Amino acid sequence: MGNDALTEEHSSGHSAEVFRETQGSEEFLALRRKHRSFVLPVTAVCLLWYLSYVLLAGYAPEFMAQPVFGRVNVGILLGLSQVVTTFAVTMTYVSYANRHLDPSATAIRERLENKEGVR
Amino acid sequence: MLQFAADTGSASPGDPALNMAIFGAFVAITMVIVFRASRNNKTAADYYAAGRSFTGGQNGFAIAGDYLSAASFLGIVGAIAINGYDGFLYSIGFLVAWVVALLLVAELLRNTGKFTMADVLAFRLKQRPVRIAAAISTLVVCFFYLLAQMAGAGGLVALLLGIEERVGQSVVIAVVGALMILYVLVGGMKGTTWVQIIKAVMLVVGAGVMTVWVLALNGFNLSTLLDSAVETAGTAAILAPGMQYGMSDLSRLDFLSLGLALVLGTAALPHVLMRFYTVPTAKEARKSVVWAIWLIGIFYVFTLVLGYGAAALIGAERIQAAPGGANSAAPLLAFELGGSVLLGVISAIAFATILAVVAGLTITAAASFSHDIYASVIKKGNPPAGAEVKVARRTVIVIGIVAIIGGIGANGQNVAFLVALAFAVAASANLPTIIYSLFWRRFTTQGALWSMYGGLGSALVLISFSPVVSGAATSMIQGVDFSFFPLSNPGIVSIPLAFFLGWLGTVLDKNTESVDKLAEMEVRSLTGVGAEKSVDH
Repeated sequence: MGNDALTEEHSSGHSAEVFRETQGSEEFLALRRKHRSFVLPVTAVCLLWYLSYVLLAGYAPEFMAQPVFGRVNVGILLGLSQVVTTFAVTMTYVSYANRHLDPSATAIRERLENKEGVR
Repeated sequence: MLQFAADTGSASPGDPALNMAIFGAFVAITMVIVFRASRNNKTAADYYAAGRSFTGGQNGFAIAGDYLSAASFLGIVGAIAINGYDGFLYSIGFLVAWVVALLLVAELLRNTGKFTMADVLAFRLKQRPVRIAAAISTLVVCFFYLLAQMAGAGGLVALLLGIEERVGQSVVIAVVGALMILYVLVGGMKGTTWVQIIKAVMLVVGAGVMTVWVLALNGFNLSTLLDSAVETAGTAAILAPGMQYGMSDLSRLDFLSLGLALVLGTAALPHVLMRFYTVPTAKEARKSVVWAIWLIGIFYVFTLVLGYGAAALIGAERIQAAPGGANSAAPLLAFELGGSVLLGVISAIAFATILAVVAGLTITAAASFSHDIYASVIKKGNPPAGAEVKVARRTVIVIGIVAIIGGIGANGQNVAFLVALAFAVAASANLPTIIYSLFWRRFTTQGALWSMYGGLGSALVLISFSPVVSGAATSMIQGVDFSFFPLSNPGIVSIPLAFFLGWLGTVLDKNTESVDKLAEMEVRSLTGVGAEKSVDH
């Protein structure tokens, strides 16, 4: 590996046709669809959820200051719920990737690696 | 938040000699590990990416170590102790940002690239111009982040070692810089990663012990803790947003701008991205982000307790009067709880934090210069054997010296400004191009260049003409006012602008990019075909 710096036209040992062919294959298109249909909407929802929290903090501080139990108020609970949703999204993604993405990614990779020998 | 004030009042609490001894022990132990880890540093993959031999768990700790800087630990605890809820808002942004890194960036980057961010950005675009742009923005982001950490070291010294004169502080900054150069020079990415891992464990355990302690004093009841914080502060305002930001429409907008930069900056920080190359597969990269999210999330919950604990047990007035100002909240709380021994431990952790983060930044900047500029652009991809690593090591020394000089110059400057600037620049200059090149097939070189230079330039220009630099009581330059941009964080303007420029540059581009490279990138990024393998020794 050493100092082989950049481009490496054939870094993966596969020719362009193989990649074009794979890219157009039904199996790969399905994998890409499964990946994108999860990560893009989930990221968007997380960012919107965070932005609404920031906007509430900025523009509705009285709402955030309402006590819920004891001294613990809406703002602190909403902040902690951001932590909880972040954890939840993380675990959901891991289980989704294990079940729906990894198997077909591995299958495509192994087929390609067997096809044109090893790198 | 995070103002490391240079002006000091009374001397340090606790025992400076003890603080030094504990820190010295940390340096000695990590140095031994770095030397042992460095035996196999032969190739560029070893030096930059630790032979891609770390596990997801190890790398997760290292990412947390990289990410939980002195600004996170001392700064957020201090901000919560003094400004209450507003300090908490920062940590939420820092955490939620990891969703972007996990879902959109980590695995695809690991599968596609090799050592640097530019490997991915230039993959299917024109190599030279895109690499140069990516390297420039990497160096700029690392420089501001480095400066923030080094400047923070000066403030810490005042507090923890009782060194109040500027010369003494400068000497300590130079020592921190020299130690860092040694770590990176000898240990490369492997040594740096071990320093991060050890530091992350110390930081999370140390903060965890203090958190349990504070909660125990309050009967493990959050409401009781908040009650005593309100009692000490004399106002319930510290439990609600608005003490620091919510004064006017402008400051609300400013906070939104900061929030945007924080949440979009993380997934574009070059030193965070580079960590994904130290694991053998994309699956391990995913695991490392999962570990990092747990560690960082739990740590920020700790800081909430510690911040209100400091507000309750010490009080904002005493914190602000202490040397180091807001940043003294965590150390003062440690002293209050466990006397000079706990203070010594927490101080050592704070120093270790600066050292580790600075080392991570330095190796990232050095890799970017030697891999992207020297090997790929100057030597056109064919550097002589061993030359790339040699250049990287020399770059480490240069960056180290620049960091020391910059840190001495920036001693006492507003650390928050520098860190927020690094996040804003990363989010503006890097994120749009990362997202477009991974997810938008039509994206072209012209779009990438417009977006990167447009984002970088607009962020820097807006900052230069903001109240942070001139025209306000807390500005860097006093006595003149050339500010015209009213917000202290440029994100709300520069990030959408960079996304827009990336789109505009692409649709106006008459050239199209190689469809073969696009096919290769798509297939590689999702399946890991041909991804860089780990190095066996």
